[in-house]
Amino acid sequence: MASTTTLEPTKAAPGGRRAKARSPESAENRLGWKLAGPAVAVMLLVTAWPMLRALYLSTFSYRLTDPDNREFVGISNYGVVLSDSLWWRAVGVAVFIMVVTVAVELVIGFAFAMVMNNILVARGLVRASILVPYGIITVVSAYAWLYAFQPTTGFVNQWLHLDPGTNLFDDFWGSIFVICLAEIWKTTPFVSLLLLAGLSQVPNDAIEAATVDGATWTQRLTKVILPSMRAAIMVAVLFRALDAYRIFDSPFIMTGFANGTAPPSGLVYNAMIQRVELGLGSAMSVLLFLSVLIIAFGLMKLFRVDLSQVRGD
Amino acid sequence: MGIRARRRVAAIAAVAGAAAGLAACGGESSGDTPTLNWYINPDVSNLEAYVTDEDGNQAPGGQAYLALKCSEESNGAYDITVRLLPNDASQQREQLVRRLAAEDESIDLMSLDPAFTAEFANAGFLQPIPKEQQTQLSEGMLDGAVEAATYDDNLVAVPLWSNTQILWFKKSVAEKAGLDMTKPVTWDQIIDAAEQTQTTVSVQAKRYEGYSVWINALISGAGGQILEDPQDGKDAKITIDTPEGKAAAEVVSKLGNSSAAPPALSNADEGGTVASFSAADGGFLVNWTYVYSDPNVAPFKDDLGWVRYPQTTDDDESRPPYGGINIGVSNYGKHTDAAYEAAACLTSAESQKTYAQSSGNQPARSAVYDDPEMKEAFPMSALWRESIDAAAPRPLTPYWSDISTALYSSWHPPSSVDPDTTPEESQQYIEDVLQGKALL
Repeated sequence: MASTTTLEPTKAAPGGRRAKARSPESAENRLGWKLAGPAVAVMLLVTAWPMLRALYLSTFSYRLTDPDNREFVGISNYGVVLSDSLWWRAVGVAVFIMVVTVAVELVIGFAFAMVMNNILVARGLVRASILVPYGIITVVSAYAWLYAFQPTTGFVNQWLHLDPGTNLFDDFWGSIFVICLAEIWKTTPFVSLLLLAGLSQVPNDAIEAATVDGATWTQRLTKVILPSMRAAIMVAVLFRALDAYRIFDSPFIMTGFANGTAPPSGLVYNAMIQRVELGLGSAMSVLLFLSVLIIAFGLMKLFRVDLSQVRGD
Repeated sequence: MGIRARRRVAAIAAVAGAAAGLAACGGESSGDTPTLNWYINPDVSNLEAYVTDEDGNQAPGGQAYLALKCSEESNGAYDITVRLLPNDASQQREQLVRRLAAEDESIDLMSLDPAFTAEFANAGFLQPIPKEQQTQLSEGMLDGAVEAATYDDNLVAVPLWSNTQILWFKKSVAEKAGLDMTKPVTWDQIIDAAEQTQTTVSVQAKRYEGYSVWINALISGAGGQILEDPQDGKDAKITIDTPEGKAAAEVVSKLGNSSAAPPALSNADEGGTVASFSAADGGFLVNWTYVYSDPNVAPFKDDLGWVRYPQTTDDDESRPPYGGINIGVSNYGKHTDAAYEAAACLTSAESQKTYAQSSGNQPARSAVYDDPEMKEAFPMSALWRESIDAAAPRPLTPYWSDISTALYSSWHPPSSVDPDTTPEESQQYIEDVLQGKALL
């Protein structure tokens, strides 16, 4: 389940090079391969091989503790997964978490980025403290939120003057609320960091020109600042959306996937690690991978941004 | 978490109260003595038997203490090192499966929950025990214990200790309801008695293994079973959609929709049910034997009564749940012979008595129950022996973990159980899961 975004190598600067090779293009190409070759080989070794193996395993009915009954079943595992309401529910849960957390994180992250960009005093301190949650291990933050909301050990019920027996982890919406909250708390700093990078690239003269022309603050934001940050927003949304879709730690720790809070990666865990059903589990991990690709591709189409051009300009 | 021989001797010295000098000269070299790694579940510990490893961590006493004793008694034939598994039974299974599937040589002995003993045996993780040794090892063991360690007509692991559930009740409540507790009682009777006295019947009915334990006991109590031909693995015949399954569903549904259900019934595990039983309106509880020493019940110990597990029907004797720990010998260890010897020592009558006294867990050997010291320490030990002998283990199928998950998911929460549809639906779901046609 490695991150799937790859940055295309920068295109060679056209012309301007008097090569001794017959074709300058092919020389560039060869040099490019020499430089990138080792990395490509390592990537293939650590990602392509496991992926192909998963693809292969997904065509079997194969349980690790019942090796004698291993049999080839073709693509029927995919049929089982795709026709099971549990899978679609899991996809729905992941999409819900993805949409909610990314939307909220963009707004709060943008506010943080503005603060970090414009603050004049204690700049380093503010930036560092905004980044603290991002530095915390996800499992640790999941436990922290779990304990905070638990009726016995938590303080939240008392703070909010809720009935002391209130247990948000009792039902789906309560659980999903805390999961989203933990996710937002933890990864908003990441979004704000990316947005800060985008914000610092907005040309000051453009904003000044807009001010001189009498644009209001809202107009400056929507017509000047946000459009010039499009690439940065795109990167933030893409990274966060993919991460949120593949969420695992928080529901695993907080609910153990009870109350229908299992995302697709949770179902993969149940099948692969708990039930050691390698066939079904592999089929689901292949489907998870494909859905991540679809999301990545869809977002890139939506934003009409070529990732290779995101690098400063 | 390895515990070195030197530390062992030190710990034994502490246990036996021997002179400190013994510890100082301890640590005899273990040149040809094979070291056996025993993966144990963390068990109830007794302070005196705490052993300290090289990092200064303390390991629980129960099984670790047996390891020390047997190593000492073996005179250098083997040296057992205990290694702790996670707390949660399913995580214990997970870790062992992953290691054994990779043919990890560093496991020699393991403490197995009976619920997944069959799965391990079927996967070839356990060294087959020679026939004559099977007879030797199972001699004097309670029937229920032997049954739960048998797969495909072979003893595949050795019972170390046994556990069973009994019906705990408040004498005052039974008296008020006019229920005669000297005769076998049925679920119907105790639910009615609780309704009548405005008290509760506490049962484990959270969405977890414990709920399957209850359902299995109910179906077995009606004379049925969850499945037939467990050795057929995923092709075993599921028999929940039967009159016995319906009888079980009737009990679950009755309690689930009754005023006798504690408020948190659908979220109640072992600890939660002890808590709801200890509350002012607690009346009845089915739970494992360790409830007797639970601090929650201490305040009303005089009022605490215990009888055999309730009957599902009026006519059939109850089949209480079975639990405990079996010791398995790994197929991939390097010192199989020594491991057998060690398993025999760890599960001997003497070891089981020591273990029962230090941990409160019940012996699997019949003879230990006749020991006067045991009778004195546990006043209800005769009931325990009777219950273990009559116990119905969970089906000994390699697919139990899947079946159990599918079962408790489709019967949860108890209030949603409909005797006319739930058995049929859950049977269908379990079959689909086993055949790879549905996800869990």
